[in-house]
Amino acid sequence: MIDLQGYGPRLLEGALVTVELAVLSLILAVILGLLTASAKLSRNRLVHGIGTLYTTLVRGVPDLVLMMLLFYGGQIGINMLTDQLYYAFDIDIFINVDAFVAGVITIGLIFGAYMGETFRGAFQSVEEGQMEAARAYGMSPLLAFRRVRFPLMMRHALPGIGNNWMVLLKTTALVSIIGLTDMVRVAAEATKATHEPFLFMIPVALIYLLIATLSEWGFAKLTKRYNTGFGESSEWNN
Amino acid sequence: MEQLNGWFTELLSGNLIFTANTLSFYWGGLVTTVQLVFLSLLIGVILAVPLAIGRGSKRRWIKLPIYAYTYVFRGTPLLIQLYLVYYGVVFFDGIQDSIFWVVFKQAFFPALIAFTLNTAAYTTEIFHGAIKNTAKGEIEAARAYGMSRKLMMRRIILPSAFRRALPAYGNEVIFMLHASAVASVVTIMDLTGAAYYVYARFYAPFQAFIFVALIYLCLTFSIMFVFRRLEKRLLAHLRPRA
Amino acid sequence: MNKWITSALLAGALVSGQILGQAMAQDDKDTVRLGIDVPYEPFVMRDADGKLEGFEIDLGNELCARANLECSWVEQSWDGIIPGLLARKYDAILSSMAITPERERQVMFSLPYYNTPSVWITARDRDIDIDDKQSLEGLSVGVQRGTIRDVYVTQEYGDVLDIHRYGSSQEVVNDLQSGRLDLTFEDFPIAVDAIDFRQDDSPYKQLGDSIKTPTSIFGKGAAMAFRQRDKALAAKFDKAICEVYADGTFDKLMEQYFDYDLSVRPSEADCAQ
Repeated sequence: MIDLQGYGPRLLEGALVTVELAVLSLILAVILGLLTASAKLSRNRLVHGIGTLYTTLVRGVPDLVLMMLLFYGGQIGINMLTDQLYYAFDIDIFINVDAFVAGVITIGLIFGAYMGETFRGAFQSVEEGQMEAARAYGMSPLLAFRRVRFPLMMRHALPGIGNNWMVLLKTTALVSIIGLTDMVRVAAEATKATHEPFLFMIPVALIYLLIATLSEWGFAKLTKRYNTGFGESSEWNN
Repeated sequence: MEQLNGWFTELLSGNLIFTANTLSFYWGGLVTTVQLVFLSLLIGVILAVPLAIGRGSKRRWIKLPIYAYTYVFRGTPLLIQLYLVYYGVVFFDGIQDSIFWVVFKQAFFPALIAFTLNTAAYTTEIFHGAIKNTAKGEIEAARAYGMSRKLMMRRIILPSAFRRALPAYGNEVIFMLHASAVASVVTIMDLTGAAYYVYARFYAPFQAFIFVALIYLCLTFSIMFVFRRLEKRLLAHLRPRA
Repeated sequence: MNKWITSALLAGALVSGQILGQAMAQDDKDTVRLGIDVPYEPFVMRDADGKLEGFEIDLGNELCARANLECSWVEQSWDGIIPGLLARKYDAILSSMAITPERERQVMFSLPYYNTPSVWITARDRDIDIDDKQSLEGLSVGVQRGTIRDVYVTQEYGDVLDIHRYGSSQEVVNDLQSGRLDLTFEDFPIAVDAIDFRQDDSPYKQLGDSIKTPTSIFGKGAAMAFRQRDKALAAKFDKAICEVYADGTFDKLMEQYFDYDLSVRPSEADCAQ
């Protein structure tokens, strides 16, 4: 076996941080994406404008710059707000934006914008007839969303979600720069201490490839699941 | 409110931070970023054309290594690729004494190599997809003219594929611009590096990073504008006619 | 579908739970959190198990014991160390921070507890005259970003040297060793520890004199930094610093880590307050 010079356990811990960060950010991104898609499809011009501004800004600025802004500036911004609370209402709270939370929020915010585009396309591709049929059955709007629109939409959204997830996974590497100890940071520290870049960077690269390959397999399964009843000739399946 | 006001007036007057000196840092950063991104995209495209053709080859010993290359480079973070090249080249025995050291001594070239290999992998896949989706009719027509495979590739398939690859390639250009921000971790004073320096020197995260975000935003919009214009001209034949 | 909603809610709860959890932990007023940039050998480093050790760790723990405070250490990269203090991520910085006028606008300093010069280092076989500015044209120099040495080099040599700024001192040393850098401008103890330049058989050597001036850049020595309003806390540590100097604890600690003198004995007037 390769000798990781005592860094093995820390690398594994780092890998766990990477996975946790990626999964939590994905969940936040999906929630934000659904909200953004709704905002962009809204007839209310203000809501629509906010949605558009959000996606444009996020997609025009590098992830790393947004992350630094949020991590270094976010804490000061939040402190300004809590200071106001203290002066106005005598409520003394302190909200700590640590590297992990900043990472989840930034990555979630960034990919929320991309997810928003994915979901918007997917919402639009659901035929209105299906929803009308659902209403005709007397389903409440919420039930109709859950049982009809959401599963139908997922069929169209899944390939986009899959792509976003792959990019998101790689974006997590950036948190190592703002000081979160993910596996890239552990590998970078080990490289600097031992002068053995290949020994640590290549295993980390392999872990990324492994996660990517596993996710590809998982998304193939999910696609099949949401594809039920639509035959083999659907557009993403060729 | 006082704090917010103070911060705002400081941002507006801003004379402590945005002096001619720091602005020259941003300007130098802009030049470096544009150079780095432009060169890596250019070399990346030159590499990607033969790779994309090879990727569609029927011969496995050509196809598989190229697929492995794109799979690895698209499946791992650019940051790791950058670290590998930057720290990796140093440990080849004797490189310090070879003529290559002139090149690798600076941080710019390791970064350029990592960025080029990365964008070449993505561009290969984009071109490969476009080549694969060439309309059957175009190929049949070329065959009917008695064109050889080589001639057909040069005259028919590639020009048509490049046009159709344009929107996806435009995204790749923007992606590369944004990804280039990681160059700052290996001491390159690109735009992000300049912002990071101004931040570390003046402890002013908002001013330093919002300013640089606006510059990136302008660059992104310019790239988008250029590609929209190009698409309009080159893809006119694909638009539904009214 | 239900699973989706549940997991989404769970994630929301997790994130907010973490934020709240940290908000609550904050109220524990008896512990003082000290921010430090790791590694900065021999002042601070991690042993194989990831535990912090080094001169400043020992000194910090000693000071806390004397001030009757429960202390914990928070790791923070140098770039973010002052914003982190102002942002209340920790209550004081104990991280070889030099007192400079620029920083005094942001934070309040304790009495200085040590003072060291900065030195120019290059490979032993290189022939460089640091005082002949013209001859330096195009050479590369490495410094840690945002340090007094960064300020000095940028101000005095910005027009001739190609300045590489790094996030940590370790990276500077690495690139000097790899041959990427022609020169570094380092804190004396860091240079001694990392490349042992004082030995005749070391591949590196010092150029010119050790540098401590101008004081407007290099300051009066390294001190703890506090938020401006935490005067009582700063006073406690000032008293502790006077004590460790007075009873010889500082010297004992110093001898453990260094074979040279980096003390700045506080004056009686400073300690009388």
